[in-house]
This record gives sequence, C-alpha cells and structure tokens, in this order.
Amino acid sequence: MGSSSYEPKSKAAKWFEERLPILGLIHGTLGAGYNAPRNLNYWWNFGSLAGFMLVVQIVTGIILVMHYTPHVDMAFRSVEHIMRDVNYGWLLRYSHANGASMFFVVVYIHILRGMYFGSYKSPCEVLWFLGLVIYLLMMATGFMGYVLPWGQMSFWGATVITNLFGAFDFYDGMGESILHLLWGGFSVDNPTLQRFFSLHFLLPFVLVGVVILHIWALHLPGSNNPLGIDAKGPGDKIPFHPYYTAKDAFGLSFFIVIFAAFIFYMPNIMGHPDNYIEANPMVTPAHIVPEWYYLPFYTILKALPDKLLGVIAMFASILIFFVLPWLDGSKIRSAKFRPATAFFFWLFLVNALFLGYLGTKSPDEILINIGGGLDALTLGRISTVFYFSYFFVIVPLVSRMETTKPVPTSIAQSVLDARKEG
Amino acid sequence: MTTNDRIEHEEEVTRRNFLYVATGVVGAVGVASAAWPLVDQMNPSADVLALSSVEVDLSAIPKGQTVKILWRGKPVFIRHRTADEITRAVSENTADLKDPENDELRAERPEWLIMIGVCTHLGCVPLDQRGDFGGWFCPCHGSHYDISGRIRKGPAPRNLEVPKYAFLNDTTVKIG
Amino acid sequence: MMKLFKNIGLTAMIVIGGISFANASGDSAYVLKKNDWPHAGPFGSFDKGALQRGLQVYKEVCSACHSLNLVAFRELTALGYTADEVKAFAGEYEFVAGLDDEGEEKFRKGLPQDYFPAPFVSEEEARDANSGALPPDFSLLGKSREHLSLFTPWNSVYGEDYIVGILTTYHEEAPHGVELAEGMNFNETFTGNQIAMMPPLSDDLLEYADGTKATTLQMAQDVATFMYWAAEPKMEERKRMGLKVILFMTLLTIMLYFVNKSVWRKVKNGNDLV
Repeated sequence: MGSSSYEPKSKAAKWFEERLPILGLIHGTLGAGYNAPRNLNYWWNFGSLAGFMLVVQIVTGIILVMHYTPHVDMAFRSVEHIMRDVNYGWLLRYSHANGASMFFVVVYIHILRGMYFGSYKSPCEVLWFLGLVIYLLMMATGFMGYVLPWGQMSFWGATVITNLFGAFDFYDGMGESILHLLWGGFSVDNPTLQRFFSLHFLLPFVLVGVVILHIWALHLPGSNNPLGIDAKGPGDKIPFHPYYTAKDAFGLSFFIVIFAAFIFYMPNIMGHPDNYIEANPMVTPAHIVPEWYYLPFYTILKALPDKLLGVIAMFASILIFFVLPWLDGSKIRSAKFRPATAFFFWLFLVNALFLGYLGTKSPDEILINIGGGLDALTLGRISTVFYFSYFFVIVPLVSRMETTKPVPTSIAQSVLDARKEG
Repeated sequence: MTTNDRIEHEEEVTRRNFLYVATGVVGAVGVASAAWPLVDQMNPSADVLALSSVEVDLSAIPKGQTVKILWRGKPVFIRHRTADEITRAVSENTADLKDPENDELRAERPEWLIMIGVCTHLGCVPLDQRGDFGGWFCPCHGSHYDISGRIRKGPAPRNLEVPKYAFLNDTTVKIG
Repeated sequence: MMKLFKNIGLTAMIVIGGISFANASGDSAYVLKKNDWPHAGPFGSFDKGALQRGLQVYKEVCSACHSLNLVAFRELTALGYTADEVKAFAGEYEFVAGLDDEGEEKFRKGLPQDYFPAPFVSEEEARDANSGALPPDFSLLGKSREHLSLFTPWNSVYGEDYIVGILTTYHEEAPHGVELAEGMNFNETFTGNQIAMMPPLSDDLLEYADGTKATTLQMAQDVATFMYWAAEPKMEERKRMGLKVILFMTLLTIMLYFVNKSVWRKVKNGNDLV
C-alpha cells in the first residue's frame, strides 16, 4: 500500500499531501500507482464486486436501522413498517436482503477463483487467511442479520444454530451454560435478539478493517494471475488505472443489472416464505432450512450421527481452508497447467453444490431410486466423505504426483506467443 | 505522420473523449438517482403523514371552554370564545402589541380560536386562562398572552402560532 | 477451460434439475392449478376491479375470523378508491377511544389512519371460537404460502394460486380410506389435506357491488388478488422502477463495455510489447 511515486498535480493537492499522504495511498492502491499483471481475466473482477457489496450492505443497513426496532414485540412489525410506509423502504430492505445473497455469490466465486488459480500459495498465505477471516465474519454477520426480522425462520434458525454450541458439553452442565450465555436467558428471546442486533451492526465495520488488511496483504506480493507465474518484467504489468478501473467498472455495471433483476423482479426467491410469519416459540416450521449460503455445511452437520462430531465436522469443513496452502505441494500455482488438479477442482465444486442441494432435503427423503433407494442422509454422507477426502487425500497426492504442462517463462512472453498464433 | 493520418487520429481522439465524457455523465446520473432513495427515506413515512391532519368535532366544546388536542406531536388549543371575549379581543387590536396582528386574522370564525399551544419563547405549554390579560400564561419564563393568543408581556417574541385549518361544516374543523 | 467449465456446469444443472423435477412430480396426488394473474410477470399490474371485489369478499366473508393487522384503511386508495370513499369505508368500523367518566369504554368512528380491526381480541379467543384452530392473519399470507424455486421455476408455488387452491378444492366427503379428525374438512391443497376451516365460499354467497357474477372461483381469485396486494402493496411501484433501473443500467453497461475496449486497445494482444 502507498506509493512514493505519486506527485500531486495541483498546489492544493500538494499542500494536502504533505500533511496527510492519503491521495498517494489511493493512487498506489487503486490508481495508476499500482501495477497489476496484464493478463487478469474476468474472474478477477469479483474482488472489487465483493467490496462494492460490502458498501451496499453497510449503507442500506445503516438506513434500515433508522426504522427498525430490535424488540421481540416490535421487530416483525417494524420490518413491515419499512416495507409499507417508509419512502423506498421496500427497495432498501429488498436490496439489503438480496444484497446478502449477492455478497455471498460474489465471495464464493472469489474464493473458488483463488482455489483454481492457486492464489493461496506462497507468498500469499496471509492474504488467503485474511480472506477466510472475512468469510467467517460474513457467515456470522449474515446469520445474525437473518434473525432480526423475527420471522419463524429467524427464530428457529437462531434456535438450531445456537443449540449447536450446546454440543460442547465436556463436563456436566457446560453445554447448557454456554447456551445460557449465548441467549441471555433460557431460550432465544428478546436478549438474544438485542445482542444479535448489536453484533450485526458491529461486525461489518470489523469486516471493513479486515478488508483493508486483505488489500494490504494483496499489494505487497502483488496480484496472482491466470498463469500463476510471478509478474517480474516491466512488460508483465500494467497500471491498475485506467485498465482495471475500466474493467471493474464494466463488470460492476453488468453485475448491478443482475442484482437489480433480483431486487425488482424476484425479491423473495432467496428467502424462505416462513419468514413472513411472525416468530412463534410454540410452533416449529415443518422443516427448518438455513439460508442457501450455509447449506453445504448444514448437510455436513447432519451427515454425522453424533451431535458433537457433526458440529466439529461442520467447523472443520470451513477451517480446513486455512491449511490448503500446505496440503497443496505443487510448485505450480495455476490449475491451467495441472490437468488432474483442474479435474478434481470441478468435481469438488459439483460435490459442494450437491451438498448444498442436499441441505434443503429432509434426511429420509429418497432422492435416487437405486436398489432400496438412496436417501438424502446416505447421499449426504457420501458427499461429506468426498468433501474431506478432497482436502486430505486428493489435493496432497495429486499436487505432488501429477504430470504438469509446460509453464510460460513470463506473462509478456505468453501474450506474445498468443499474438503469433493469431 | 501525414496530414490525413493526423486528422484521422484527431477524429478518433475526439470520438474517444466523447465516449468517456458521455459515460461519465450517465454514470453520475446513475449515482445521483441511486442516492435519492437513501435521502428520501428520512422524510416522514406514510403512517406519519396519515396523522398530519386531524378532524375535530366542535359540537362537544361548550362556550368559554378550551380543549387541548395533540396534533403532529404538539398541543393545539381550541377555545370556544364567548361574545365578551370576542369583543375584548377585537378591542385590543389597537393596544400596544409586540407582534401586531388583528384578531380577525387570527380567528377565521370569531367564536373559535385555534392555535398551537407552544410558547414562542422556548417551547413550553402555556396555561389556560391565567396571566394579566385574561388569556394564557407561560409558567416557564412568564410570558402573558391575551384572549387572542397575542403576546402582551414577557420574553416571548411572537404571538401563539395559528395552524392551517379549515371548517368542513359548522361543527367539524380539519387541522393541518 | 471454458469448455470444461461449461460441461461441468451443464452436468450439475441437469443432475440437480432432474432430481428436483422427479421429486416434484412424485410429491402429491393432487396438482395445484395455476391461474392467469394480470399482476404476474415483469409488466404486471393489479386488476383494480378484482382488488375491490376481493376487499368485499374479505369484508363480508373472511373478516369474521381472519385479521388483517398490517393493512391500514388509508392504503385502500391503491385499490382505486378516492380519499373520501376510504374515509367512509373506515367510518363503518368502530374503535375504542379510551374510557368515559364512568369508566366505560368510549367508541369512535374509524379513520383512514386506523388499521383493520381484528375479529378476536386474543389468540385464545380466536382458537376458542374456531374449535381450537387459529385462523391466520391475512396481511402476509400471499407471501408466506409461496414456495419459489430459482433453478426449477416450473416447481414454484405462488401464494395466489395456493389461496385459490385452498378455497376451491374442498371435497364434500373424504376420499375412501381417509379418516378425518373431528371437526376437520378434506382439502386437496392444504398440507395433510385436513383443514379446520369449513368451505367458506359457495356460488352467489354475496352480491358484488360491480355486478360480477359471484361464482366460487371468481370470489377465490378476487380475494387471492386482494391478499397478494395486502402482502406486497408496493409491487407495481417495484416493477415499474425495476424496468427503468434495468434499462438504464444496460445502457451504462454497454457504454462501459466500449470504454473498457477503448482503454485496453493500447495493450490488447501485446500491442505495447512489439
């Protein structure tokens, strides 16, 4: 971050820069002062899109707080007050609710891009960690935000998820003590709602802080690229501005069209209809489903027969990403030159989507009619085994054993080679 | 570079600059349009606006009585004035007034005096039928108002404010 | 790489789509009928006649048991009524206005800013009057009975269709082999097929103010339209604004596409390297 090469053009800018070199900081991070590899493809747009979504969520969120009441007796009604009475309230709430989904879509693609092109590998491990911390914070923030409208799914989702922590029952009464601490009572109730509200407000600003660290950690080694080789020569890089500002602006504009399609034409498709019923501690919905972005982990939770093991497996399935840089022993970053790695990556993705799909099903539902019929639970177990074996078996072995394709000597060279080929 | 080349090059630069400026303008319009909902949401919402006017049934207020109602979060005094009070109010049009205003302008129908019950000094609610002028008296800093709600003595700078109102019929008035 | 991506993406979609399709077709013996709604689709707007008739059905039939807590009379102008008509409509209701000098409840006429009054003061009273079942509030039913599917839209169940389904698929007698619980009625659409609500509609149950013939289906569709409006009163505003936003953003996207292309021309294909 930062760049000493920045020279203010106007006198006023120069005066200001001497006192606070913030213009140089911006110039060096998002301007012409930062040089990025010239060959970044559109998968590299998702970082800036994630940043945009964070801003959208914070802005709409702060506005919703102006009209929302965090109390069990009034929360549901105040959300409907926003939807019905507040000027453009429906727009702000639908933007915030769908914005959460969009934020996750964008971040998932961003993570998968990192996996495919080996962006987690040396010297970018800390950058990768910070990204995972952002993701974990997003999960926590999203979960607590979903509780705030105080609908049936809010209440029962909160009940199920907080109860997970009761699994840590290592000595008598410990699990229960943890739960009482989380709830501020003996069940999910007003104290729970109010603390979730407080944290849901706080965490996005923590996120902003980690995002700044994430960008800092990105700019020290510099961006990875589709070839996965270091950008060294002057011909390998181009200034971030105007090239990637233009490309990001185009990508953002296109993305907003899709975002708008959800807000204006299918605003409730990502949500659960039961959340339009006010929370009722006496009636449980037929089946409780978390928001789509948690579904794969929810299936892993359900796949294990023991509650504690299920919870541990669920946390492990996310935390395992932290050791990915060491599980992968290949010297080459990009899967472009690692055909077997690429193949298993796509298999991993399909499996993850399938895990997500299974998350919406009841465990005893028969999904495939072979033999006695395969139910969702059995399929979930098979998928879970594959999920973990991808990390513990496939990646370590394949990365060390596979035959790789020849890697270009430099980015500039690969561009020139492609030019020659026409 | 031949002359032709240069002209072509300049044309291209012009075209490019036009595209950049046009895109910038469209983008700015987009940002401004997106900002409007973020600002407008702070304006009074539909349920608040629905309470911005209130209809009052006057038939239940006897002569010589003041009724206090709540309108837009503030008290409104509705006084059914007696003939004596009206005469007094009109006769004092020529008195030494701090904020000169004729009683005819303050009461559309002389028997009904309708005004916001908030002292123009610092916002306290004046007391009914007290003070040196047979009108209202604000206990906070001692402002005296007459039977037309005009400031006669004390620190208040202006007369009690008259809200917008309209008589829907002889017994119903709509305030706001 | 793109080809591989396409292949795998396609496979995944076929697998997931195929599974859910197979699922849906085997779910229930009864198929929910889909209706044509003028307010569906990106350009849809509410049929004002249907909304007004639906309000009449709600007022004369449903409101005996079902509340509409979140809707205020003032909002009825969206149904095509004038402010004065809404005032008159609100005036037909009575509200408690505190206590009089003897401690008895005082009443006043309803005002546009009032909300539809609930038929029962408490859940207990509501259950007591309905043999233990609680008639749900109508305000959000149009959305809370909806099941939308992004990837398999043909499996989506729309709230309005569900409401019409409930109102029109009663059986006078339960099918052979089905044991109805005490006080229950057989309904194709309701989960579990046993519903406490008696069939609320029958042909010519009421006389429409606009002269439309009040068949059961007509009343069901009208009240479903009204209920969807009650659940999503800003739908028309939303769709109108959406059209403008999407057209505008498409224009901006096209312009930015050319800006991006023009910016990159200098370095495209290594133009700067040779």
